[in-house]
Amino acid sequence: MSLNIVVLAKQVPDTRNVGKDAMKADGTINRAVLPAIFNPEDLNALEQALKIKEENPGTRVTLLTMGPPRAAEIVREGLFRGADDGIVLSDRAFAGADTLATSYALSAAIRKLGNVDLIIGGRQAIDGDTAQVGPQIAEKLGLPQVTYAEDILSTKDGKVTVKRRIESGVETVKCPMPCVITVNGSAEPCRPRNAKNIQKYKYAALPSEVAADEAKKEFIAKRPYLSIMEWNAQTVDADLSQCGLAGSPTKVKGIENVVFTAKEARNVGNNDAELEDLIKELIVNHTIG
Amino acid sequence: MANFYTDNPSLKVHLEHPLMKKIVELKERNFADADKYDYAPQNFEDAMDSYDKVLEVVGEICGDIIAENAEDVDHQGPHVENGRVIYADGTKKNLDACRKAGLMGMSMPRRFGGLNFPITPYIMAADIVSRADAGFENLWGLQDCAETIYEFANEEQLEKYIPRVCQGETMSMDLTEPDAGSDLQSVMLKASQKEDGSWVLNGVKRFITNGDSDIHLVLARSEEGSKDGRGLSMFIYDKRNGGVNVRRIENKMGIKGSPTCELVYKDAPCELVGSRRLGLIKYVMALMNGARLGIAAQSVGLSEAAYREALQYAKERCQFGKPIIEFPAVAEILSVMKAKLDASRTLLYACSRFVDIYKIYDDIAKERALTPEEKKEAKAYSRLADAFTPLAKGLTSEFCNQNTYDCIQIHGGSGFMKDYTCERLYRDARITSIYEGTTQLQVVAAIRHVTTGTYLNQIKEYESHEVCAADQNVKNTLIAMTQQYDAAVQAVLGVNDNNFKDFMARRLVEMAGYIIMGYLLLEDTQRDESFRSSLRVFVKLGQAEVAKHADFIANFRPDQISDYLYKEEEAPAAE
Repeated sequence: MSLNIVVLAKQVPDTRNVGKDAMKADGTINRAVLPAIFNPEDLNALEQALKIKEENPGTRVTLLTMGPPRAAEIVREGLFRGADDGIVLSDRAFAGADTLATSYALSAAIRKLGNVDLIIGGRQAIDGDTAQVGPQIAEKLGLPQVTYAEDILSTKDGKVTVKRRIESGVETVKCPMPCVITVNGSAEPCRPRNAKNIQKYKYAALPSEVAADEAKKEFIAKRPYLSIMEWNAQTVDADLSQCGLAGSPTKVKGIENVVFTAKEARNVGNNDAELEDLIKELIVNHTIG
Repeated sequence: MANFYTDNPSLKVHLEHPLMKKIVELKERNFADADKYDYAPQNFEDAMDSYDKVLEVVGEICGDIIAENAEDVDHQGPHVENGRVIYADGTKKNLDACRKAGLMGMSMPRRFGGLNFPITPYIMAADIVSRADAGFENLWGLQDCAETIYEFANEEQLEKYIPRVCQGETMSMDLTEPDAGSDLQSVMLKASQKEDGSWVLNGVKRFITNGDSDIHLVLARSEEGSKDGRGLSMFIYDKRNGGVNVRRIENKMGIKGSPTCELVYKDAPCELVGSRRLGLIKYVMALMNGARLGIAAQSVGLSEAAYREALQYAKERCQFGKPIIEFPAVAEILSVMKAKLDASRTLLYACSRFVDIYKIYDDIAKERALTPEEKKEAKAYSRLADAFTPLAKGLTSEFCNQNTYDCIQIHGGSGFMKDYTCERLYRDARITSIYEGTTQLQVVAAIRHVTTGTYLNQIKEYESHEVCAADQNVKNTLIAMTQQYDAAVQAVLGVNDNNFKDFMARRLVEMAGYIIMGYLLLEDTQRDESFRSSLRVFVKLGQAEVAKHADFIANFRPDQISDYLYKEEEAPAAE
């Protein structure tokens, strides 16, 4: 069965090898010294999509990313690895978005795309580490979600079977499609860039990237597969009040360097009573509140 | 997060050699594929950019996957189950990565799904792969057999087999038998033709690298009653048809991830390639030349790995209160290692460029008649490729053995333990001067280019190039070395005794090699100054080596050869 898959990806600063100048004095990331990379767990997500494509001929994998035009770099990266096309959702109106505004914009783009069977993203991005965007998109689109996926085992009869990596082990779940899946870093690493795809797509670009270069524009016009879609708030019919800073209830109060002192994690039962006890305890010891 | 291409700037200098423009334009037939295939280059710069980007992927896979798996593959190795080879887990992962990256059939034409890369960037990939794991290079590098199919098989066979290679099926060249090693004329595997005209194979092959491959090229005796090389033909055996089983795999000293198989053929169906009787004298010779270039690349990759391991250790290891690299005795070993590495690499790519040009002309000749000028050029490059291939294979493999030896020396007692990578490199290197023709056989192939002057003419060509003032002294040394070489050649030929010539052949070939590598490094230095220290160290070494050989030859009377011939000791007389 051929499927339409959207892979959610984010271009992030490479926070894995940070030096002492990685943070600016004001507590924000010094993007100038950190190379921009394809968010690692989004690559795990892409691999899952490409594996499904291999097993289901005719499947299309579309990479969707929100960011400045330079985020086209990760779309090209995705094309090199086997994605079929890509969309960069870019608009000044999206700037300063927290996870709520981000998931709003991305879900608007997915709605605009229509007819999507699977939405697969990484569990979380290494810059924010929130793991909220995937689940929020599912809620906004009214779709079921499977988180912490380690392997998408099959897509059959309108259902997807997923192996999840959870705290106490693994569990295998079935979920009706369409749905949203977020993939854990323990999943298969993404396949390498492919030599033919590199040669085929190396000139793929957003219209805005080649706007000033007539020769390039003409070259791409003859080869539609080289045109990366560039969508903005208007294209996806977004309500501006829910976008960017305006749509972001999260306000950063301050940033500090925290060193974990607890050696072990504590398990809290999955019920309201135990959760309430934990929250009370945290308020009492001033961890929150 | 290592990249074995981008962390090694010398590769790019070689990739960007001025002769590449000619190679790429010929290979791409002036970019005739540009509108036919979405991945074909538009022009020279585009093609070069693609080689660069694809090599970056090779470097990434090698750094992150193949090198990471190398130790486990060395320990686990392949095994045989029910006549089939099961690769080590790491080997499977390596192959999977190479397939997904589309690094199979790299030099094959696009119409078969290949990348249509010239030999030079392909060989560069082999150099990089070998640094990561020399044993894996054997499996990956056997895609080279597709070249022989492409050159000599019929169109139907090309369409049947080459796309499969490009999609990642593996290959093997089934030549050696228990009684036919260096002497392939003695091959006995029997090829018999059935009444319907089809062929079957019966017999045994030994020491077959990747012997359970998908597609085999097999050398077999098709002419019943014949005894020599003229009774041998080349066949393709397709594993899908069955009929060949792996009886055992060898327990080797090195390159342990690469299965070396004993094969049993029982009525194995096969297809004749090209014409009968040309198996050894034409096709295997072509196959071997390609394979020898591959071994030279493997040797260079191993030399690179050895140098890096040694350098890192020498910087980290402290004795007498300082890193050992600060002791001149250690520094000298390292600088000579580096010089041998750079010299090996420049010879490798000089050779691959010659191979590129003559092969592309051969291919163009299938499409149209070459102009007289092109014919002349093709012939000249073919001769140079013929002269440089045994030189490159012979010398780079010897150097890589020396470099892995020195790598252990730098590690001291720790190097003798199994804990460091250097011991694997040492074991892996040992085969390079043996298989695809021992160094002694490379000398046999090379000596005729000493006597007919191919090397000297090429040296004179290099000598005619201008160099910058800073390198004039080095050039003068090379000119003096050339005079010594020429005198030694004349002295040996003057004796007019083939036995004497054979005895001195290794010395003469080495002398030519040192001078040629010296000049190549000199040319590299004109383009990129980072080669200058290796140039100086290498020419210093070459000067001493050439003088040593010149001295030996000048002071040797032909009758002294008898001192070297083995004589059975007479049994002591009974009392």
